[in-house]
Amino acid sequence: MNDQASQLLQLQDLEIDLFLEAIFRYYGYDFRNYNRAHVKRRIIHRQQTLGLSSVSELQHRVLHEKDFIEHILRDLSINVTEMYRDPAFYLAMRKEVFPLLRTWPYIKIWHAGCSTGEEVYSFAIMLKEEGLYDRCQIYATDFNPLVIETAKKGIYPISKIKDYTYNYQQAGGLQSFSDYYIAKYDSAILNQSLRQNIVFAEHNLVTDSIFAEVQLILCRNVLIYFNKELQNKVVRIFKDSLVKGGFLGLGSKENLMFTDVYEAFEVVDPKEKIYKKKLQS
Amino acid sequence: MKDCKNYQAVVIGTSAGGLKALKVILENLPDSFYLPIIIVQHLNPQSDGFLAQYLNQHSGLNVKEAESGEPIIQKHVYIAPANYHLLVEKNRTLSLTVSEKVNYARPSIDLLFESAAEVFLHCLIGILLTGANDDGSRGIAKINHFGGLTIAQNPESAEVNMMPVSAIKTGKVDIVLHLEEIPAMLASLCKS
Repeated sequence: MNDQASQLLQLQDLEIDLFLEAIFRYYGYDFRNYNRAHVKRRIIHRQQTLGLSSVSELQHRVLHEKDFIEHILRDLSINVTEMYRDPAFYLAMRKEVFPLLRTWPYIKIWHAGCSTGEEVYSFAIMLKEEGLYDRCQIYATDFNPLVIETAKKGIYPISKIKDYTYNYQQAGGLQSFSDYYIAKYDSAILNQSLRQNIVFAEHNLVTDSIFAEVQLILCRNVLIYFNKELQNKVVRIFKDSLVKGGFLGLGSKENLMFTDVYEAFEVVDPKEKIYKKKLQS
Repeated sequence: MKDCKNYQAVVIGTSAGGLKALKVILENLPDSFYLPIIIVQHLNPQSDGFLAQYLNQHSGLNVKEAESGEPIIQKHVYIAPANYHLLVEKNRTLSLTVSEKVNYARPSIDLLFESAAEVFLHCLIGILLTGANDDGSRGIAKINHFGGLTIAQNPESAEVNMMPVSAIKTGKVDIVLHLEEIPAMLASLCKS
């Protein structure tokens, strides 16, 4: 075995532990219980891009250089998203959840980990088409203030509209997707009316607690980045935030089955990972 | 030849032509083959679980689509789901991410190979099969760096030769084999 290589590897793992500890203690962002392989790859990539010889040097910069933390937040938060990502999920929501959502006079929705907002607006459009939007309050949160700013604007590259239009149709859209945006230069500006009942806010699932009492929580492709312990913590927050009979929608490769709160939910759609909090829980 | 007599896992990467090649390998491994196998096959982002089902029908091993947080256990074959990167964690579980594409691919072979190399070190076998790009070459180099065993399909027998050719060019491939020879080689390495 190559002893030197594995020793260096151990050292690197130690430095990454220290780096994450430093960020948590100084800035309050807690990545310590994220799945490590992904986090490590992003940190090493940043270190190498900057031509630094170790993670310790990167740590020095993040602690001593103003605004450097923004790069690290960008590296460690995944902001790959699109409008109507996984159209089948939206279709299932429309068919299986909306009929019940309708029965509440006032509907509060929490979109946790909303990133740059594409999926929040997708949902808002669907609520409008189903005549539910006007009695909804949507809280869209993310831990990263930079993506929240983008989300608030609701302006996306026009180059993506073709894919989004296709997704919209696959998701059971009732109108023409072009009804919802204005094209200007290279941008598609979403209708301001979609924003009316959305509150964008900073919230960190790892370090903050219950956000509000809501009827529906959407949190897609966030839990996959967390280790088991952190997943359990977060799904408990979801369980405590939902009213009885409230719904939870996760990403297609996420699952409540292996978490502590599984017993408190019933499965609405096993493929699209839609759950309902039991009435007696 | 490498000194590890105790291999603990196999990773396989492939792209164009991979379905047939994977079938040949999994079909011809003995049922007693116990090393876990983790596979990235480049897929259309819309495909849903077909590959794992198909390969499961053609293998005596338990082939399944990888799930996030799942422990890596013997006699199991894990396939990366379409549109997710598949990584190996230090505690020998699998994790998924939807982060940016790497080498224009998600799942990326390099990401699987590099993360697996850091966990299994010299006890890992990495295999690169037919494919139309150079994803996997960096991963092969990393497996080699930690003392693992690296195998490439003989480009002459590959449906598309670019992937094995670019791996061989790195100079970090230990053995070049025709596709049909790979299962027998794996079986011989797995004997305790």
